[in-house]
Amino acid sequence: MNVLLDHFSEFRDGFIGTVSITAVSTAIALVLGIVIAGFRVSPVPPLRWFGTAWVTLLRNTPLTLLFLVTTFVVPEILFPGMSAFVLGSIALGFYTSSFVCEAVRSGINTVPLGQAEAARSLGMTFSQTLRLIVLPQATRTVLPPLSSILIALTKNSAIAGAFSVTELFGWQKLMSEEGYDIVPIFLWVSLAYLVVTFFVSGVFRTLERRLEVAR
Amino acid sequence: MSASVLFDAPGPKAVVRNRLYAVLGTLAILGLLALTIVRLSNKGHLAPEMWDIFNYAGIRQNIADAILATLKVFGIAAVGSLVLGVLLAVARLSDHKPVRWLATGFIELFRSIPLLITIYAVWVGFLTDYSMWALAVGLSIYNGCVQAEVLRAGVNSVPRGQREAAYALGMSKTQVMTTVLLPQAVRAMLPTIISQLVVTLKDTSLGFIILYPELLQTARLIASNTQVNGMYPYVSTIVVVGAIYVAMCLALSGLATWIEKRGRRAKTGIGPAAPAGNAAVLGGDAGNANANTILLGGGDGGTGGGDGGAHGPGN
Repeated sequence: MNVLLDHFSEFRDGFIGTVSITAVSTAIALVLGIVIAGFRVSPVPPLRWFGTAWVTLLRNTPLTLLFLVTTFVVPEILFPGMSAFVLGSIALGFYTSSFVCEAVRSGINTVPLGQAEAARSLGMTFSQTLRLIVLPQATRTVLPPLSSILIALTKNSAIAGAFSVTELFGWQKLMSEEGYDIVPIFLWVSLAYLVVTFFVSGVFRTLERRLEVAR
Repeated sequence: MSASVLFDAPGPKAVVRNRLYAVLGTLAILGLLALTIVRLSNKGHLAPEMWDIFNYAGIRQNIADAILATLKVFGIAAVGSLVLGVLLAVARLSDHKPVRWLATGFIELFRSIPLLITIYAVWVGFLTDYSMWALAVGLSIYNGCVQAEVLRAGVNSVPRGQREAAYALGMSKTQVMTTVLLPQAVRAMLPTIISQLVVTLKDTSLGFIILYPELLQTARLIASNTQVNGMYPYVSTIVVVGAIYVAMCLALSGLATWIEKRGRRAKTGIGPAAPAGNAAVLGGDAGNANANTILLGGGDGGTGGGDGGAHGPGN
């Protein structure tokens, strides 16, 4: 019990760290995922190949390896001295973007054929069809898998703690190194993660209810 | 639905435009690649000496040992998670309320905590000197919970007639579960189970954090203990180890795809579920997504009882 009271400010920082790295990498993953899903169904073959390669590569790489890549390789390519938070968000966001891409793509496949055909017969271009007709309708079917992807993202953000991002796993590690008993630490950290994941699934449940239509 | 529905067969103008996009896209991708290579080689990461380290017998031996260590922990965790998964699934489907509640609580708790937190707690709390077992136990607990949900969905997808017929034959609850329901559930869920095993394989890399000398930890040790041209060969080891991981995972997912295709060909029994794709791979709510899986072949029990097995793949 004491461990939380003694180190509440670190715990709070860790919680805020988890929430913020989750939020930032969610944004990266959503934007990249939707763009790459667009690539994968586009009429331009090289973009389709790029999308496929992106998804295959990132889905089959352990996230820890991606963190290593962003820690040791990315600063060499871009500029040295990038903050661990930025690098961690990039790793998490890129990794998750491949899953988001697959969810969006299967969502696109569930939109009835007639919709795209009607859009085409009105003379819409590919990007108009996708942006105005298909993607808005795909949203409804994409939401449930997206919710579990983002919950997984929240859980995966723990790995960032091992790469010196301030977040909850970092707090767990710090506290156990300071000699506190692991069981209460584990319980408090689990509770904090439960709060975040419940929040995410709550948001998605609300969204699903909002977008629900009578069929 | 193929992509072609989203756009018309290109006319002359569209062909030109698409080619333009193709060229621009290719140039952009190649440009990024070139930038990467130039920046890396400017800093000396692509010098031949950096890559020459993989010709040393010692380093090769290290990598081989590390692959073995990874596969060993993966093997233990795979068996552990499947056994735990079966137990938890059966417990969650049990008729006894306390057992059901306990199993549900366990599954929901460990499924919603990050795997790393569990592994670290097991390591520090119980198995400080045995990082391999800490990793294997952590992986088994988390993946066991996910596999339990997958199996439960599989059991629920078995047609009611099967269970009713088995009870009508006078089988006990245990017999119904072990000889009728579970085999069909496993068959239906095999692709999903294997894609969860791919996740398990990827997650063995968390051993990096509890200092278990698996592939990633070894890579880091190699990179930080070898000095070439006054630099540490992080880039080359990461590329090599990454390629090994991707190859292992692709091989395992290839197996899942193969089994799924093979299962789809067979016309008897329950067809395998469509691969649960993203959700399953992420270890998210795969179970629920698959709860009402389709039945492809016969065996619905409705017509005459003995429709299910025995005939073999007729066509």
